[in-house]
Amino acid sequence: MIEGGVKMKAVGKISEKKQTSRKFQDYTWAYIMIAPTIIGLIILNIWPLIQTVILSFNTVDGFSQMQWSGLSNYKKLFADPEVWQATLNTLKYTIISVPIGVILSLVVAVLLNANIKGKTIYRVIYFLPVVSAPAAIAMVWKWLYNSEYGLFNYLLSLVGIKGPSWLSDPKLSLLSVIIVGIWSVLGYNMIILLAGLQEIPKTFYEAAEIDGAGPIRRFFSITFPLVSPTMFFVVITSIIGGLQIFDLIFMMVDRTNAALQSTQSLVYLFYKYSFVINDKGYGSTIVTLLLAIILIITVIQFKLQKKWVHYD
Amino acid sequence: MENNNSKSNIIVHIILIIGAFAMLLPFLWMIITSLKTLTESTQVPPTFIPKIFNIGNYSDVWNQLPFASFYVNTFLMMLFRIIFSVFFSAMAAYAFARIEFPGKNAFFMIILIQMMIPGQIFIIPQYLIVSKLGLLNSVGALVVPGIVSAFGTFLLRQFFIGIPVELEEAAVLDGCNRWQIFYKIMLPLTKSGLVAIGIFTALFAWKDLMWPLIVNTSIEKMPLASGLASLQGQYATNFPQLMAGSMIAIWPMLILFIIFQKQFIQGIASTGSKN
Repeated sequence: MIEGGVKMKAVGKISEKKQTSRKFQDYTWAYIMIAPTIIGLIILNIWPLIQTVILSFNTVDGFSQMQWSGLSNYKKLFADPEVWQATLNTLKYTIISVPIGVILSLVVAVLLNANIKGKTIYRVIYFLPVVSAPAAIAMVWKWLYNSEYGLFNYLLSLVGIKGPSWLSDPKLSLLSVIIVGIWSVLGYNMIILLAGLQEIPKTFYEAAEIDGAGPIRRFFSITFPLVSPTMFFVVITSIIGGLQIFDLIFMMVDRTNAALQSTQSLVYLFYKYSFVINDKGYGSTIVTLLLAIILIITVIQFKLQKKWVHYD
Repeated sequence: MENNNSKSNIIVHIILIIGAFAMLLPFLWMIITSLKTLTESTQVPPTFIPKIFNIGNYSDVWNQLPFASFYVNTFLMMLFRIIFSVFFSAMAAYAFARIEFPGKNAFFMIILIQMMIPGQIFIIPQYLIVSKLGLLNSVGALVVPGIVSAFGTFLLRQFFIGIPVELEEAAVLDGCNRWQIFYKIMLPLTKSGLVAIGIFTALFAWKDLMWPLIVNTSIEKMPLASGLASLQGQYATNFPQLMAGSMIAIWPMLILFIIFQKQFIQGIASTGSKN
């Protein structure tokens, strides 16, 4: 008995030892496995984030020589009408394109979730813009919008309307870009929402139908609450994507276009100052402003979600 | 009931077809215009079927710009980004999902921070890094910002969490170390997740315009995204040639998508539902 007890203790010690060595082995493996990603992110993202904020307090000349200039970039930023206008354009782009885009994607997703034929073909067609190069999309829309030879103005002329200058009228150009923006991400959001819809158990609908709930009632009391977490994801990513709009404006609105002022976004200005004018200090200040705007809006979104997003 | 259903189905189809037409119209117009002569393209009223199929636009554009280099650069950029980011993300994701280690939360914060911050904030310092390494105007410059992926790590972590722990407990008792468990047991089980990240990485690299515009300014080092953008500078308003160039640029990805559409769609779908 005693002997047995001693033996047991010894075994216990060994296994304890084994366990600690196992633990250390685990630590080592964990660090090895996260190392490439974490080191990569620190070099390529975390340090650059800090550096951009530092740069925004510096004047940087064409040879990347930095000189501390305190708040002067920020003073310039807040007094710069171009920046205010670009901020307004960016917010307008987001406020208009996100709700319309999300609602349209939801409508298409709900329709595709019904038991209909040809689902795959519809999905492929709606998704096509997502896999197309942004430059190609921008160029073909520019051509469709062309005020003299464009297809849109020709179609309008058939019903007796003189088509506008879609991209060079300062009042219209942002809206024209918004239409393309909605068109190009609709399929992407639709796919995500469709996946969310497919997770809703069919039995919920059957029960509601037995209770006599019509399709609209079913949508608002079953579909919408159950898909709301996916909607929240789509809304958040669309807002962040909208605030970063660049490609379409860069490609569709020429530098000499009179409508550029009322169309250019913050990221467009960031690009212009950082890499065309080569004032990387001021460019950093502009992108820091964008960061602040995105963080504020995201925090507000997470606060607001409690009002409309239902987690089971 | 049956009747009612089929009636509402017809309405659904009509709405979907109108939508599908709106989605396809720009592509159709791209093809039609790319086959017109310059004079025909500026005719009013426009023709909907080109009088003569002017294939010449395609050869003109092909000869004007190094499209072969654009293809190769795009392919290499996507290939290296996929290999590195998928492999590194899977490794890190496994560790975050299954191993307890000191500092785990702090390290995971780095992942979350990267995901929450707009990408443009990193661009100037990334450009300075690439420039200091002497990588400007090379495929390396296109690859560098994409070799690791916070998003991929985050998504694959969700996949690993979804796999029952029992599957690896047996392997632990057999004396397998963490790497063996990861490589031999867990990795094969997350194939769909790996494919999703691969597709996502490829799509992101393919659609990114600003980065290649900044780092690779010499034309034969450009990927399709920025190469195509430079076309507009050259041809300004010769829309038949611009459309021919666009067609040359977009078809490889369109074909890939049509072949692998199931994987594409599942991959994109998984990014939303797991959050």
